[in-house]
Amino acid sequence: MLSTAMNSGAVEAVPRTGTAVAELENRFGTGAFRFQATFDGIPTLWLPKERLQEALRFLKYELDRPFAMLFDLTAMDERLRRHRLGLPESDFTVIYHLLSLERNEHLRLKVALSENQLAVPSIARLWPNANWYEREAYDMFGIRFEGHPHLRRILMPPTWRGHPLRKDHPARATEMGPYTLPPQKEETEQQALRFVPEDWGMKRYSENSDFLFLNLGPNHPSVHGVFRVALQLDGEEIVDAVPDIGYHHRAAEKMGERQSWHTYIPYTDRVDYLGGSLNNLPYVMALEKMAGIEVPERAQTIRVMISEFYRINNHLLFYGTFAQDLGQLSPVFYMFSDREKVFEIIEGVTGGRLHSSFFRIGGTVLDLPEGWDRKVTEFCDYFLPRLDHYDKMVMANSILQRRTKGIGVYSTQEALDWGATGPGLRATGLAYDYRKARPYSGYENFEFEVPTGKHGDCYDRCAVRVEEMRQSVRIIRQCVAHMPSGPYKADHPLTTPPFKPRTMHDIETLIQHFLNVSWGPVMPAGETFACVEATKGLNGYYLTSDGGPISYRTRIRTPSFPHLQMIPMMCRGLMVADLIAILGSIDFVMADVDR
Amino acid sequence: MVGSPLNVIGILMALITVAALLIWVERRMLAVWQDRLGPNRLGPLGLLQVVADMIKILSKEDWVPPFADRPIFVLAPTVVMVTALVAFAVVPVAPGIGIIDLSFSLLYFLALASLSVYSLILAGYASNSKYALYGSLRAAAQTLSYEVFMGLSLMGVVMLAGTFDLRAIVEAQREQWFVVPQFLGFLLFLVASVAESHRGPFDLPEAENELVAGFHVEYSGMKFGMFFVGEYIGITLGSAMIVTLFFGGWLGPAWLPPVVWFMLKTLLFILLFILMRGSLPRPRYDQLMAFGWKVLLPLSLLNILVTGGVVLWR
Repeated sequence: MLSTAMNSGAVEAVPRTGTAVAELENRFGTGAFRFQATFDGIPTLWLPKERLQEALRFLKYELDRPFAMLFDLTAMDERLRRHRLGLPESDFTVIYHLLSLERNEHLRLKVALSENQLAVPSIARLWPNANWYEREAYDMFGIRFEGHPHLRRILMPPTWRGHPLRKDHPARATEMGPYTLPPQKEETEQQALRFVPEDWGMKRYSENSDFLFLNLGPNHPSVHGVFRVALQLDGEEIVDAVPDIGYHHRAAEKMGERQSWHTYIPYTDRVDYLGGSLNNLPYVMALEKMAGIEVPERAQTIRVMISEFYRINNHLLFYGTFAQDLGQLSPVFYMFSDREKVFEIIEGVTGGRLHSSFFRIGGTVLDLPEGWDRKVTEFCDYFLPRLDHYDKMVMANSILQRRTKGIGVYSTQEALDWGATGPGLRATGLAYDYRKARPYSGYENFEFEVPTGKHGDCYDRCAVRVEEMRQSVRIIRQCVAHMPSGPYKADHPLTTPPFKPRTMHDIETLIQHFLNVSWGPVMPAGETFACVEATKGLNGYYLTSDGGPISYRTRIRTPSFPHLQMIPMMCRGLMVADLIAILGSIDFVMADVDR
Repeated sequence: MVGSPLNVIGILMALITVAALLIWVERRMLAVWQDRLGPNRLGPLGLLQVVADMIKILSKEDWVPPFADRPIFVLAPTVVMVTALVAFAVVPVAPGIGIIDLSFSLLYFLALASLSVYSLILAGYASNSKYALYGSLRAAAQTLSYEVFMGLSLMGVVMLAGTFDLRAIVEAQREQWFVVPQFLGFLLFLVASVAESHRGPFDLPEAENELVAGFHVEYSGMKFGMFFVGEYIGITLGSAMIVTLFFGGWLGPAWLPPVVWFMLKTLLFILLFILMRGSLPRPRYDQLMAFGWKVLLPLSLLNILVTGGVVLWR
């Protein structure tokens, strides 16, 4: 099965005229690139590293309807990969994932590197958000990015040895020696924690003032988790801010290389821990593309409904804490009561609350319980008036408006440059919603609007989310009205857990079932990617299978990672209180940043 | 008799008890307004929560951070409590009930009310911590700005009553409470007294979301508790002054004794303080300053001008 399934469902990227790939070939000549077939149909090109900057500049600036956004930048340790048919020699591969909103297309570029020459030119000048992505790739794989302004570890502590996502790095404590902390090591660690402004690229004095450095976080009531910002202050005015992340790093991508395809699902819940099962969706969708599973309509609609409930839940928490960050004590309590009602429904359907892990490869865990529609309709009827009430309480409050209007502004162009997606992008006035742009899981069958803002400030970011909740209710109502009948899981050998009825009748099905439950399903070798409009922006899973029951590489593209990178740009020249408003308006959770 | 030992001890005890009870009142009332229950387990209606809080706070370690300026660090919390208590001495609770009667008692109150900010400044300075420093700087700027028109807003009342003596001011309201002719003055004083007591939405010196706990970030145990109790006495004082100056103090229909009227009115304003904290977001530091200097100060000057004109014309 392993060898025959190899690349069977993969779509060959054939360059057609007018496509980005054809334009690239026009410009750089045929033969400049090598094409790779993937399951997701995203054109995937290999190019030599000498050509990299030129090609990316072409794609960003010269191509008509350009690839404006660096969607993701990551790497892969290919040294142990067995199924590399037709791929160029490579020990480590750097992967550039671009997104063009105008073309509504993805494009993947890959650069092969050999173990003894682990360096590529940095593209931080082309896309400002490449800065952190390259630091992450350096941290995780030890790949040097030449010309990077500040190439240091980003997720791991500066004293860490080795690069965690390399295949030879241990994944669990039992693979390492026992932990000890001799005085000398303790001293080194302490020294590494000392704050030296120059290391962070900050000056201590200017011509007419000495700056004060304020350490905001990692434990601060308003940083929403363990997040640290080092502030360079002149009075209460922010001269510069440097975010420091990695305190919530739990090696979710490394875990992917240890858990089976099936048992990794609960880990995805916890990536954006407020998004719950909505996080399962891109992961299972990617796997379904790989396995060629057609998900039944009923399962798709259940998924949409549960996802929208989680979106409401997330936005309610955002709404309440946003008001609280601005000193308004009460809204958060009302909104938590409403969240409780959402949880009641989620619990009734899935059995879980925050992390229900309700989606499975090929469907969902269970069918909907009896009487679910009454409960859901009750909630919709109850919730909309509440939202109107909150509008008066929070959005119409003049103190709150003064605190948030015109604060933390960025334009659409800046948002694209920095890789901002989700409500943060829509608040700038661009109606880009993945559910509309590239409908998945049956979203094309639903009527809803994509709310946008105008000014791209804190107030608009909140207003967009409030309106999104109304749209979510609209979608949920349509789910109730038009829930299809039929199975809740696909009838396919690779669904998990597989259907049981036929196992008691013939031995082959029994073996198949036994292996699928005990090992987990074996996915065909190849690469795939799926993306959804998650609660905070675009959340995508880029999975590489080596034809086994376990992922070879799991890359999680989360929305919050690039969002946090924008903080310095957003808060320079403002006051500390404005930074709090900005942090609240971004709506991030650290697990979604650090993974 | 005003000033008798019974009076002094009685008022002091009542004040301390009220301040302690306010912990419970605030938590319960906020909970009611926020669709929650609040502390309801200990004793009837959760009233013994106050006792539990006291035991907890008194039995905590009396910790002084090694980097703090020790004598000032220890002294600072007492200042806020002492000034608020001493300022209460001139409040005319009811005929024959009070600690001291001065002919300039209103000025005495204003003088002591402005002293309390030293507590915050000293606490922030002695803590030797950046968050505390920012808190105390904010406290200093805020108090300076809001004190100016706190005094000015009361001048209308003084002009109408023709005296600085609080007891006489209450007596002058027999016909009509001053809130009617001095409604603007009342609003200004209300805002100023919230700002003076550093309560939400004017809690910028401790602004939890920005400065963690601001000036008292390094405090714990009973030293922290004193800031807390000082704040509650400050609220009580502010409410008592509003009642005395604008709502006829102890005056009221005869079916309740004067002292009860005074207490009921004061309680009403204490609840208003709590409600404001529960409902309003916090303005930004510079917005607060601008609001004080550009809106409230001109308004209070206007109030003096108009009131003065009316008094002269009559």
